[in-house]
Amino acid sequence: MVEKTPVFAIQDFSIYYGDFMAVKTVNLNIESNKITAIIGPSGCGKSTLLRSLNRMNDLILSSRVEGQVLFRGVDIYQKDTDVIELRKRVGMVFQKPNPFPSSVYENVSYGPKIRGIKKKTQLDEIIEHALTRADLWKEVKDKLHESGMSLSGGQMQRLCIARSLAQEPEVLLFDEPTSALDPISTANIEHLLQELQKTVTIIIVTHNMQQAARISAYTAFMYLGELIEFGDTNTIFVNPYNKLTEEYITGRFG
Amino acid sequence: MGIFDDELKALREMILKLGCMVENAVRDSVKALVDRDSELAKEVIRRDHLINALDVKIDEECVRLIALRQPMARDLRLITTAMKITTDLERMGDLAGNIAERAIELNAEPQLKSFKNIPKMAEITQQMVRDSLDAFVTGCSRLPYEVIKRDDEVDDLTVRNFEELLSLMIQDPKIIPLAVKRTYIAKYLERIADHATNIAEMIIYMCKGKMIRHTEISEEK
Repeated sequence: MVEKTPVFAIQDFSIYYGDFMAVKTVNLNIESNKITAIIGPSGCGKSTLLRSLNRMNDLILSSRVEGQVLFRGVDIYQKDTDVIELRKRVGMVFQKPNPFPSSVYENVSYGPKIRGIKKKTQLDEIIEHALTRADLWKEVKDKLHESGMSLSGGQMQRLCIARSLAQEPEVLLFDEPTSALDPISTANIEHLLQELQKTVTIIIVTHNMQQAARISAYTAFMYLGELIEFGDTNTIFVNPYNKLTEEYITGRFG
Repeated sequence: MGIFDDELKALREMILKLGCMVENAVRDSVKALVDRDSELAKEVIRRDHLINALDVKIDEECVRLIALRQPMARDLRLITTAMKITTDLERMGDLAGNIAERAIELNAEPQLKSFKNIPKMAEITQQMVRDSLDAFVTGCSRLPYEVIKRDDEVDDLTVRNFEELLSLMIQDPKIIPLAVKRTYIAKYLERIADHATNIAEMIIYMCKGKMIRHTEISEEK
């Protein structure tokens, strides 16, 4: 189905928390410059799978993995992986907007500064570019030195997106990015994601099936740690192949 | 989800009711012609507004369900199928009304001979209408494919009917006004069969999620 060389090739990949197998032998390819949505009921392993793509699950001590996740052909779980570099190339935006408790400017410049960029003109440029890409520049250009926490929820989320974009990632992982936002802010973020996919590959975990239907090109449905069905979004929502998928998306689950 | 399931059940029942009304209209219009019963023909014409009203009601209900329930997958296919097949059913009702109108006109004139094609066409067509509605109830089966196949028989009979009437008209030009009405009736029946075919095609879509209209694969499993 996905014909181009995938950005991620997830192969026979399992994730354990202690003895609990949270993700079960998943095989999935992620296509470049497309939005792929992962849907499924709570506890199905979708966030765990998402977090494994930039090794955020390493932070959970009892977790371990089997199988492979090839990012542009290289297994990110091999021993010599530079995890910091991986997370720069594969950024993440979370459910609740979590700006640093500092100014808008410092939020976005944090990553570039860590990378060693010190020249103010260069930083200014990066910040304007990142905020513009996150569709926030017009709203904050006159309050760059005010606290990021003083923005509205939707603006804070776009600030977090700008903070990720300042690292020039190739992939952005979104874990329920709009579940804490009102419908208008949600629509703004959805519009933004559709723009961003031209330059960044996007994987989004969402509880909101309509959101997956609206914005994604491909949808993966997970249940009890298994990838039940993966296909183009239109097929999944109009004529799914698997009975479980059908039951879930028509709201007749369990 | 209980409410939505009840609503879908009610939608199905409305469509079956509409189907039943249309079946009756087709049957009675043909009966009015064959039995030369103009009162029955007038009754068919009088009842048409009930079909129209139910068609509108079903469409409104479909739009409401799309807006408020945001149906997906098989529910979405059921509702889109409902919207399309009610249009076909309503048109069939109109065509039954047209048959009734021609019946009234023909009943005022002496009977033409060579009547066998029309009852035969009517019989096949009515069976197609009935089967297409049964297919809507029973869902995935061979039935919709059978309906599609039988459409060719009706098309053949339409041509044969026309050829026979044409030779009668050449022999006796005085019968032309009546014979032309008779060809109209055959055409109406042929159109009814086409609508039954449309319904059968949509039932296949509803079951399999595949549009087979305007393709040659209507014989596929």
